[in-house]
Amino acid sequence: MAAEEGKVDPMHQFHIEPLMGSNGWEIAGFNIAFTNSALWMAITTVLLTIFVAGGMKRELVPGRWQMMVESATGFIDDMLEANVGKAGRKYVPYIFSLFMFILFANLLGLLPIGVVGLHPFTFTSHFTVTGVLAIISFAIVLIVGFWKHGFHFFSLFVPHGTPLPMIPIIFPIELISFLVRPFSLALRLFVAMMAGHVLLKVLSSFVIDGTNAGPEFAALVGIPSFILMIGISALEILVAGIQAYVFALLTSLYINDAENLH
Amino acid sequence: MPQIAQIMETYSSQIFWLLVTFGFVFFVVGRGMVPRVMDTVAQRDNQIASDLAAAEAARAKADEEEEAWRKRENENRANAQALVAKAKADAAAKSEKKLAAAQKRLDTKLATAETEIAEARTAALTEVESVAAEAAQDIVKQLAGVKVTAASAKSAVKKAMTHA
Repeated sequence: MAAEEGKVDPMHQFHIEPLMGSNGWEIAGFNIAFTNSALWMAITTVLLTIFVAGGMKRELVPGRWQMMVESATGFIDDMLEANVGKAGRKYVPYIFSLFMFILFANLLGLLPIGVVGLHPFTFTSHFTVTGVLAIISFAIVLIVGFWKHGFHFFSLFVPHGTPLPMIPIIFPIELISFLVRPFSLALRLFVAMMAGHVLLKVLSSFVIDGTNAGPEFAALVGIPSFILMIGISALEILVAGIQAYVFALLTSLYINDAENLH
Repeated sequence: MPQIAQIMETYSSQIFWLLVTFGFVFFVVGRGMVPRVMDTVAQRDNQIASDLAAAEAARAKADEEEEAWRKRENENRANAQALVAKAKADAAAKSEKKLAAAQKRLDTKLATAETEIAEARTAALTEVESVAAEAAQDIVKQLAGVKVTAASAKSAVKKAMTHA
């Protein structure tokens, strides 16, 4: 990245770099360097594990922490019950993991720890990551669909009441819309997270450059940008939750297709 | 965009570490912990439901008991009233009987008294007759100097007395 001195490069935050000289780690010829991205995945995992473990006191009258964890599981349980029905309960572990993992990753990426010199990294802004998650979800849908319904699963692409002459046209359209699902899942999360972070960085460069350029620029550009940043930051926290929710919700809707056809 | 610029060098590490961390989350947190958390919730829900059911049952039992008590109470009251009525009737019958017996005793006493009186009267009357016959004999002897037999005096007296 050929960044000028003192200039903020909005894309630098997505830069992946190996940590602790792990550049050469390999398995079967594939590089598995422990990067800053992997570090934040590990942090997410540790915090999520601590969060849920804190809710395992199994008390009859729950404390605050237990209540939080139970509302999280109850939220996912309700969502699956509403979208899939009774059969949806067995997907709670997966959807819960997915939702909480993405949510924690999104929120941790927004932590303002840049002030103390650390660099938060939002690994959900990389389509390699969101792509793998989307492929896992899509694979579950395919496996469940063919396992439960066999080739009858293809009737998913012919909605009820389709007139016979329309089937050759409807079938490819439905098939394509089905096959596009993993891409839309992956791209939606990746784009939403990246766009928010880029926007914040661009605004912060306005604040820094505007303030450095002189007092009148500071008043005209720096301060309004700073105020806008505060608003956008709040919005980003909302987006972090919404995107995690959308990912989990769409996955459960797709699982519903596989469980119940339609 | 580093996501695209770096993809060839980083994709394998990204995928590998994602699978490791997300796998850990899924198997340890999702499969291991979440079911137990949900179990706790289900247990609590069951506990609440069963407690509510027990309370409901206890209330129904209390209602039932109260109903039974009321029924028993009503029965007892009816019994007591029947007892009182019977005692009253018994007492009335007894006093009536006693009264009747007393009446009868009085009646017999009255009847004997009457016969006694009647006897006494007839006795008195015969005495009066004999006295009158004697008196008539004496009177006739004194006045007319005629001696009258007792029998004729008696019949004369009788005649006069029935006339009177």
